[in-house]
Amino acid sequence: MTATTEQAVETRTFLPVLDDDAPPQHPRPGLGKPTSEESFTLIGTWVAALAMSWLVTQRLLPLGGWAWLVVSWFALGILFTIVTGFMSGRRVDVVDRVAGAVITSGALVVGAALVSTIGFVVFRGWEPLLHLNFFLDDMSGVGPRDAFERGGIAHAIVGSAIELGIALVVTLPLGIGTAVFMTEVGGRFAGVVRTIVEAMTALPSIVAGLFVYTVLIVAIGFPRSGFAAAMALAVMMLPIIARASDVVLRVVPGGLREASLALGASRWRTVWHVVLPTARPGLATAVILGVARGVGETSPVLLTSGVATFMVTNPSEGVMNSLPLYIFKGARSPEPMDIERAFAAATVLLILVLVLFVIARLVARTRTTARRRGLLGRLRRLTQHSARTRETT
Amino acid sequence: MTTLPATESSFADAPEVAPRKLARKATGVDRVFELSASAIGATVLLITGGIGAFLAWQSVPTLERYGWSFFTESAWQPEADILGIGAVLVGTVSVAAVAMVIAFPLALLTALFISEYAPAGIRATLISLVDLMAAVPSIIYGMWGYFLVMPHAAAFALWLQQNFGWLPFFKIDADPDAAVWDVSRYVGSAFCAGIAVAMMVLPMSCAVMRQVFSQTPPGEKEAALALGSTRWGMVRTVVIPFGRGGIIGGTMLGLGRALGETIAVLLIISPDFVIKPRILEVGTNTVSALIAGRFGDASAAQLSALLTAGFVLFVITLIVNTLASIIVNRSRSGAGTDA
Repeated sequence: MTATTEQAVETRTFLPVLDDDAPPQHPRPGLGKPTSEESFTLIGTWVAALAMSWLVTQRLLPLGGWAWLVVSWFALGILFTIVTGFMSGRRVDVVDRVAGAVITSGALVVGAALVSTIGFVVFRGWEPLLHLNFFLDDMSGVGPRDAFERGGIAHAIVGSAIELGIALVVTLPLGIGTAVFMTEVGGRFAGVVRTIVEAMTALPSIVAGLFVYTVLIVAIGFPRSGFAAAMALAVMMLPIIARASDVVLRVVPGGLREASLALGASRWRTVWHVVLPTARPGLATAVILGVARGVGETSPVLLTSGVATFMVTNPSEGVMNSLPLYIFKGARSPEPMDIERAFAAATVLLILVLVLFVIARLVARTRTTARRRGLLGRLRRLTQHSARTRETT
Repeated sequence: MTTLPATESSFADAPEVAPRKLARKATGVDRVFELSASAIGATVLLITGGIGAFLAWQSVPTLERYGWSFFTESAWQPEADILGIGAVLVGTVSVAAVAMVIAFPLALLTALFISEYAPAGIRATLISLVDLMAAVPSIIYGMWGYFLVMPHAAAFALWLQQNFGWLPFFKIDADPDAAVWDVSRYVGSAFCAGIAVAMMVLPMSCAVMRQVFSQTPPGEKEAALALGSTRWGMVRTVVIPFGRGGIIGGTMLGLGRALGETIAVLLIISPDFVIKPRILEVGTNTVSALIAGRFGDASAAQLSALLTAGFVLFVITLIVNTLASIIVNRSRSGAGTDA
């Protein structure tokens, strides 16, 4: 009787359906995950160390100030970790815990340094940023003690944009062209070029600036101008972009090239239609990171462009200001208002670098990873899916 | 019936068989492509190589004029015709040394944390943060060091002097037990500049180290864990030996960057031309800060001397970077990865 009912049940077969978002059927065993006792010991150790260090530094010893508190918290935390470690384990476990604590603290120190850098710059410079004229005006006729309602950094932003634009027009074809030459044409001469380009990435930016200053301004007699600054930036950025593009082009799979050649395409068509499109995200990242490096580089600009307080749009004559130069001059000024303006400009520069960086990250994502990862990718997949279904119906 | 293979003589009247010649020489569009690519390569070689050659060529008259004393003389007095980079070289090295002492342990710990200790969910974010840190302009680290860190660094220098003043490099020419301590003797030192430079060097070294650590074969790591090793035991016996080349190479790449750093140093230090090992005391100078400070009012001869100083800096950086890349490439790290 039982056999017949089983037969009745088993007549239908259910195909397994794969659901990406479903939770796993069995809870994954937490390998290496701390047990509740271990995490309690960890938290308890550090809380106890904090309390103890507060008692020692602020109440018992004359060591006021938060610096001593943090230092003694760390020292006592390590000490307490050793004590609690020996309560439950052997020497090996104690060493493991101490190493974990030291490594985590090291990373926390670095994180705190980064947060303090960004936080400090924004904190000191937020006030001028609230006035719209800070982005729209230049500093002509604005005294160092004028209120933030007057003056702005439009001239520095425009100057930076013009200098970087010219530098990019020079470096982009030359840098990527050299990378194509080194990877696609090859030969002994390409090896020489690669060696020299790699060597020149070691050129300190101040020496690049000094080179352009000596050749263009002193020897040829070209005036200090945006063009000279752009040349200095180009000299600095060229090896960086060429080398980064070379790395990107070298990882294009050789099979793709061979497939294209086997289909009868010429080498030029292979490069143009296969290699460069494949490497496009990587090349874009290389260029954007080169720009991010160039936009914040102060020393070549300091030597070659001169400082203007007014808007200059002609790069070939007359001094021109740029963001890093404006910040540098402001930071060295004795006037507190100038310093505050410099911090505001530094915030703008920081945001600019951040935006460039995020763009580089988004571009660098290949299409497949962009689809798989993140909310944005999932949304895009969803919209593409609905668009496709709409087309078919 | 079996046919015997034809003997050679039966082919005597057949036309000569020769392998087809393959033309490797590019023709048409390819020729244009190859030539223009070579032209671009030659241009870049001319530009970049030209800079190095120009610097070397400009240094010849200076080195002929001053000889070896250019490297040992500490004063920079163009009006008295005494020029030397002894002091600035020592200053450059001491700033870079302070930076590396701070940056190396932090970079190593951070790289280990990201690759081995951080939860897998936030690892990608942490990597991006380190890369972002490398992209922050040096002028911003300079402002951070000058306005935020320097007062605290001066207080720390006072403490070091009071407790470790017997060490020659912690000596300061000021009374440590004065009722009101003379702050101006403790700021603008190689130590203060080194802190800001460390922030610039750190993300770069950290990125190289993390990259190498992440290439550790997972099989070896799992083998260590399966043999009963703790996480630190695994890191100590597998990850660090595997990544040793990356650790050294990343540190040296950072050192190359630290030697050439200009703007943060220029903002923080008070220029001084004395050879001194006292890193906590006010006043020092580096090659790049010297160039940035003196280029404006330089005559042709002085400009040539500045270019020589720049050339010396470039050669030092080049040697450090080349050694770094050799170490990274020759170590076991990266072996077996199919890029």
